[in-house]
Amino acid sequence: MKLILIFISASLINNFVLTYFLGICPFLGVSNKTENALNMGLATTFVMTLTAAATWPIYTYILVKFNVPFLEYVAFIIAIAALVQLVEMYIRKSSPAIYRAMGIYLPLITTNCAVLGLALFMVLRDYDYIESIIFGFGTGAGFTLAMLMMSGIREELEFADVPEAFQGVSITLIIAGMMALAFMGFAGLIRG
Amino acid sequence: MADNNQNLWHEFKKGLWQDIPPFRLVLGTCPTLAVTNSVINGIAMGLATLFVLLCSNITVSAVRKIVPGQVRIAAYVVIIAMYVTVADMYLAAEYPPISKALGPYVPLIVVNCIILGRAEAFAQKNPIVPSIMDALGMGIGFTMSLTVMGIIRELFGFGSILDIKLLGSWFEPWIVMILPGGAFLVFGFLVALVNYISRKKAETVCH
Repeated sequence: MKLILIFISASLINNFVLTYFLGICPFLGVSNKTENALNMGLATTFVMTLTAAATWPIYTYILVKFNVPFLEYVAFIIAIAALVQLVEMYIRKSSPAIYRAMGIYLPLITTNCAVLGLALFMVLRDYDYIESIIFGFGTGAGFTLAMLMMSGIREELEFADVPEAFQGVSITLIIAGMMALAFMGFAGLIRG
Repeated sequence: MADNNQNLWHEFKKGLWQDIPPFRLVLGTCPTLAVTNSVINGIAMGLATLFVLLCSNITVSAVRKIVPGQVRIAAYVVIIAMYVTVADMYLAAEYPPISKALGPYVPLIVVNCIILGRAEAFAQKNPIVPSIMDALGMGIGFTMSLTVMGIIRELFGFGSILDIKLLGSWFEPWIVMILPGGAFLVFGFLVALVNYISRKKAETVCH
């Protein structure tokens, strides 16, 4: 039950993009076409789940054990960069089709603050190993959902008459604001 | 020499308006949205970023001829993460309430695109002094942007600035301003405003 709550909380109620403002760069940059948004979302979900699975043991068995938790940031960012690199190499060898769809997004994910944010929140909230992986997967699912919705709205927007000064980033941010307000409706899903 | 000084001044000035980070370059949007629900958080975040940006620009510029091209991004990220750890520990020791309010957003300076962006676009190609000017300009521009966001959101969200009540009891706080949605809306409108002003400016120059 707790695992389901963590998943719902990470994907809907505390959606990383719309309540913690993490991962805004790809959210604004890659959300112009639904296909791109979906691929980016899937690639990020994959990396996030792996990140949670990899950083939890690093934190618990290395940083805490040797009493150097202040190296947390350096360790996490190196782990994420290495992980993304490995995933890229593996996908390129094993499945060229997926590589063509996801490949160009993978390097971008290293600097996606949502991935590092995920590792930091995981430590802050004292999740155990299984909970961390569910949390990583749920966060990725929430990110994909937000990307898909935004790209759908933006495709419609191409036919709308937007005032000149609001074109581009500005209107996207205002739409994101309205989506964030709408997502607050999910807050009632879990009590306490 | 005068020419040289002018160049330095230009490196400093471009961060303040022409390339002001969150509004024109659309970099560093996460902290711009996340911590600006009050003025003091915005200023603290801005100064922490300024410190990290300054130190990382100096270091990257100093080692620019030693670091091999293939591993440069990894090297820069480690440099940045180190200074962020310093900034985080300093805040936690000296200003615990602010450190608590900013929470995980201080460590997230590591992945703030402004810092890696400036290291990549400027510091690795330029000597130390212009890199310092670049960092100061960008950092101050960033701090100013966060402060403006903070002022708008705190004024309408709580009716106060820096915890000093400015609007009387007649004022009904706009809760939306301190919620995530309000952050996106304020930021969107400010980007539009900056676009509008610079377009007007460009028009007057042309005519």
